[in-house]
Amino acid sequence: MWQPQLSTEVGFRFFKHSERFPVVAAVDIQGITKKFGQFEALRGVDLQIAQGEFFALLGPNGAGKSTLINLIAGLLRPSSGSIRIMGHDVQSDYQQARMALGVVPQELVFDPFFNVREMLRFQAGYFGRGPENDAWVDEVIEGLGLTDKAHSNMRKLSGGMKRRALIAQALAHKPDVIVLDEPTAGVDVELRQMLWRFIQKLNQQGHTIILTTHYLEEAETLCERVAMMKSGKIVALDTTRALLKNHAGKQLTLRLSGALPIDLQAWVKQQQGDEVVLNVTDLWQVETVLARLRAAQVSVLDMQLQEMDLEDVFMNLVGSHGGSVR
Amino acid sequence: MMKVLMQWLNPFYWLDDIVPARWRGMYTLFKKELMRFWRVAFQTIASPILTALLYLLIFSHVLEAHVKVYDQVSYTAFLVPGLMMMSLLQNAFANSSSSLIQSKVMGNIVFLLLTPLNTLEFFCAFLAASMIRGLMVGLSIYLVALCFVDVPTVHPWWIITFAVLGSALLGTFGIIAGIWADKFDQMAAFQNFVIMPLTFLSGVFYSIHSLPPFWQAVSQLNPFFYMIDGFRYGFFGQGDVSPWLSLSVVATFMLALAWGCLKMIKSGYKLRG
Ligand SMILES: Nc1ncnc2c1ncn2[C@@H]1O[C@H](COP(=O)(O)OP(=O)(O)OP(=O)(O)O)[C@@H](O)[C@H]1O
Ligand SMILES: [Mg+2]
Repeated sequence: MWQPQLSTEVGFRFFKHSERFPVVAAVDIQGITKKFGQFEALRGVDLQIAQGEFFALLGPNGAGKSTLINLIAGLLRPSSGSIRIMGHDVQSDYQQARMALGVVPQELVFDPFFNVREMLRFQAGYFGRGPENDAWVDEVIEGLGLTDKAHSNMRKLSGGMKRRALIAQALAHKPDVIVLDEPTAGVDVELRQMLWRFIQKLNQQGHTIILTTHYLEEAETLCERVAMMKSGKIVALDTTRALLKNHAGKQLTLRLSGALPIDLQAWVKQQQGDEVVLNVTDLWQVETVLARLRAAQVSVLDMQLQEMDLEDVFMNLVGSHGGSVR
Repeated sequence: MMKVLMQWLNPFYWLDDIVPARWRGMYTLFKKELMRFWRVAFQTIASPILTALLYLLIFSHVLEAHVKVYDQVSYTAFLVPGLMMMSLLQNAFANSSSSLIQSKVMGNIVFLLLTPLNTLEFFCAFLAASMIRGLMVGLSIYLVALCFVDVPTVHPWWIITFAVLGSALLGTFGIIAGIWADKFDQMAAFQNFVIMPLTFLSGVFYSIHSLPPFWQAVSQLNPFFYMIDGFRYGFFGQGDVSPWLSLSVVATFMLALAWGCLKMIKSGYKLRG
């Protein structure tokens, strides 16, 4: 499988940026709540995303990711709290804030009257960009593999192609902060690779990237930092590496000849038939497990040691059984 | 050769390069709105012209010998400004309202809502495109009608004033309706129960002096009456009321509606949740 390469320049780039604009966060979210009638979709979200970050917003369906993005985009207005994009308040200084922002909506929307290139030029035009921007528009078209479809009417594109056009539209004015709400939903492997290559290039040029996805391996390989949301709250916020280190550890799957000894019950993650899954944080604990099994005269029929990935962390934190706020 | 000529005739070919950056957002939206109806000009321009001409043919054929509204003005000639104005109003309304409701239903309105366009830019771009469609339809009807009937133009400035104001008023009305309506059938209801009756009862086909006093009084409450009467005054130099009265009524109405519309856009009503 294609593996995106994490940039090694991240630290340097970040440093350079913070010299030029002293400590202005790309996105600064303060105490955001959002109610739809009685229903509270967001229940107090605070989040700062630095310039140049590659950030993932994860969470199950209905967690409030899109709601948060729509608030950032100014498509919704918060019930309380405030949001700044590159230091500009999305309400009071909306023009500057929106200039700095490119958003790919989750829904596959399009304008049936125009072709891809026309749409992109219009979109750039709304942001005050003129013919001088056409070269960039062509670069986006090429970078997302839309060259063949540049003159096709939006209506006639396949679903995946529409998704590409939607992404291209968000990039048309070359925004500093790029927010992608499930950009890879319904998209083939080729585009996913193409898309991430293109987005990574933008990130290396200093653009801030925020994405939501349900493909956790994408977040794991691409993003420096992730936030996990559940029921309108952020339940975990850390660098991807730290999350994996603190939450993941390893899991030991065993098939035993007899019952699991009492003194090992506390380690059980799940149990199915004669198969038991134990959580272990370190390798030496495997020794302990085996010693206790020997003492209880239970023999091991099969054994497997697995590293957990972001998906397991995710299930631990936001799955229906997890959810303890750390 | 043909292609070069077409390019030269295309106003955007010239405008695209010279629009200052400050105006570009509004200009782009205006251009998009213009292209949107121009792409389907058969439906948005040609078909209303045809409809108006059918009205002209039928009504003039049936009523020419029976109805005399003003001396020296044939009924067919009398009918032309009314039909022009009616089509102009309906098409100015249709342009902004259908564009907005379609964008809302399709969801592509977000592309506009994500931009830094301010309230006034949003308003002016939709308005200008609506006005151009209305004026194009009105002017085309006039040009085609000239083939059949002599229509004088006594006060061209009144004609232009009322055409511009009328298209602006209905363009604004269309923006309001487009933002307000959530579904196509709400829009159709608005069109059929508000716009159509107001235009038909405004004296397109008759002078209100031919009505009983009660209905004359009712007609004078209809703002559309003043648009058509003032417009007609421009052609024949005579109308049911003074063009200055019509101008003040229409201008007042336009200002009030524009104010309401700007408020509505600014508040984010039905556009931003
Ligand atoms: N306009 C709205 N009116 C009422 N409720 C809404 C509205 N928009 C979202 N919600 C509710 O808010 C909650 C959060 O929705 P949101 O779309 O933000 O979830 P999400 O995290 O993006 O989920 P998904 O992964 O499915 O996209 C859901 O329960 C949803 O039903
Ligand atoms: Mg969502």
